[in-house]
Amino acid sequence: MTFTNNLFYFLSFVAVLSALMVVLSKNPVHSVLYLIITFFAIAGHYVLLNAQFLAAVHVIVYAGAIMVLFLYVIMLLNLNQESEAHKSTLMKLAATISAGLLLVVLIGSIRGSEQLMVQPQQVEVGSVKDMGRVLFKEFLLPFEISSVLLLVAMIGAVMLGKNEEEGKNAS
Amino acid sequence: MTLLLFKVILILAVFAISLFMAAYSTYAERKVAAFMQDRLGPDRAGPFGILQPLADGLKLFMKEEITPEVSNKFLFVLGPSLFMITALMTGVVIPWGDLINIDGINYSLQITDVNIGILYVFGVVSIGVYGIMIGGWASNNKFSLLGAIRASAQMISYEVAMGLSIIALVMMTGTLSLKEICEYQAGGVGGNWNFWNVVYQPLSFLIFIICAFAECNRAPFDLPECETELVGGYHTEFSSMKLGLYLFAEYINMFISSAIMATLFFGGYNFPFMHDLGLSQNAITIIGTGVLFGKIIFFIFFFMWIRWTIPRFRYDQLMNLGWKGLLPLAIGNLLITGLFILLNNRG
Repeated sequence: MTFTNNLFYFLSFVAVLSALMVVLSKNPVHSVLYLIITFFAIAGHYVLLNAQFLAAVHVIVYAGAIMVLFLYVIMLLNLNQESEAHKSTLMKLAATISAGLLLVVLIGSIRGSEQLMVQPQQVEVGSVKDMGRVLFKEFLLPFEISSVLLLVAMIGAVMLGKNEEEGKNAS
Repeated sequence: MTLLLFKVILILAVFAISLFMAAYSTYAERKVAAFMQDRLGPDRAGPFGILQPLADGLKLFMKEEITPEVSNKFLFVLGPSLFMITALMTGVVIPWGDLINIDGINYSLQITDVNIGILYVFGVVSIGVYGIMIGGWASNNKFSLLGAIRASAQMISYEVAMGLSIIALVMMTGTLSLKEICEYQAGGVGGNWNFWNVVYQPLSFLIFIICAFAECNRAPFDLPECETELVGGYHTEFSSMKLGLYLFAEYINMFISSAIMATLFFGGYNFPFMHDLGLSQNAITIIGTGVLFGKIIFFIFFFMWIRWTIPRFRYDQLMNLGWKGLLPLAIGNLLITGLFILLNNRG
């Protein structure tokens, strides 16, 4: 148990430190790389909670696909300190307020979840079988709705890409 | 012998075998190329040039290491290292053989049997892209950056079709664990007879092998390092063993993807009549491991065979094939598999 505890503290330390470095580092490419480390630390937390499926999907989707596209765009733009646009005080204020609101929401959700504590060693919550059973029995409707949401987003992305191409051809 | 000691030995063995296979794949590649082009190939170092990989390795270590002045030193080293680490990490979940009996205790010749097996492989493969991207960007060279971007776009595109082709297989076998998928194809006679998965899922295998070629950056999809357009692609600025790591990791990827193909579609360590010949358990396991390596070597040969047969694709052809060809095909395969499973369960 002590080993698991130590691992938990280590992963938490890595997660918080690299999350701070995302904000603090000057080079946007370094920020993205620190964000990837944060994702890995969080995936490690999932494994500690016996949710291997979630950990693998987290790595594949966030670290493996989304962050690659992030890195892709940032590398192509080749942003650095000189080309960084100046941000007005109003923008900074708005960013602070919205981030603060997000913090309030997150703290609220943690406070409400105290009674949901489970012993991960006893219940195999994270295995693929249980995950599938829960998704397709208890949460079938939200699951289907979220898949429709993804479909809508996908169609939207295709439409955006298509319009631009047609406009180019016309001009 | 404790379980821990056995696992440590197994990990070291898998590590050593991966490196050995990769080293001799370079030799085999040149010999196969020579055979296809009616040449002799390397024949100076040792009999039949068998020591050539050692000579190549020594040469790479002795070469001068050049680090571009303007690049980020840490990331420049991190790129090839990450690529190598991810290449070596995948071997962990592959079942290299069945149970082996030492002093009355059964040990599995698989380092770990996580219940997400194949997803772990996908996770590690998707991280492998960073090795190329970081290396290409840290080189601070336009050709390297273009090569890195090509590589990452190609790998992400083909990962999608690859994942979908595997889902059909997972639906059929009902498990993600590579060990269980392997046992699903166990040989025998009578009621125990099972065919290889490739018999039930030929389309899925076809999509998977095409995607494996693209993921390994092998010809005909070796666009990330296309010499005629990009000098050397993402590893233009790398020299000495850092270049060696990139090239070497590519061969390890080839070895691992051959092992995964053999396990998923061609029965893994199973061979026909394995339980009917009256062999002891250890003999079955050892022959099975030999059979698995036979299949792996065939696939490595197949990789090389294709390289000297099919010319390189153009980049838009590659993207068209991935997104407009393989992806709809994989989804169609998924639907048909689902329909069959539904009808089978009813009847």
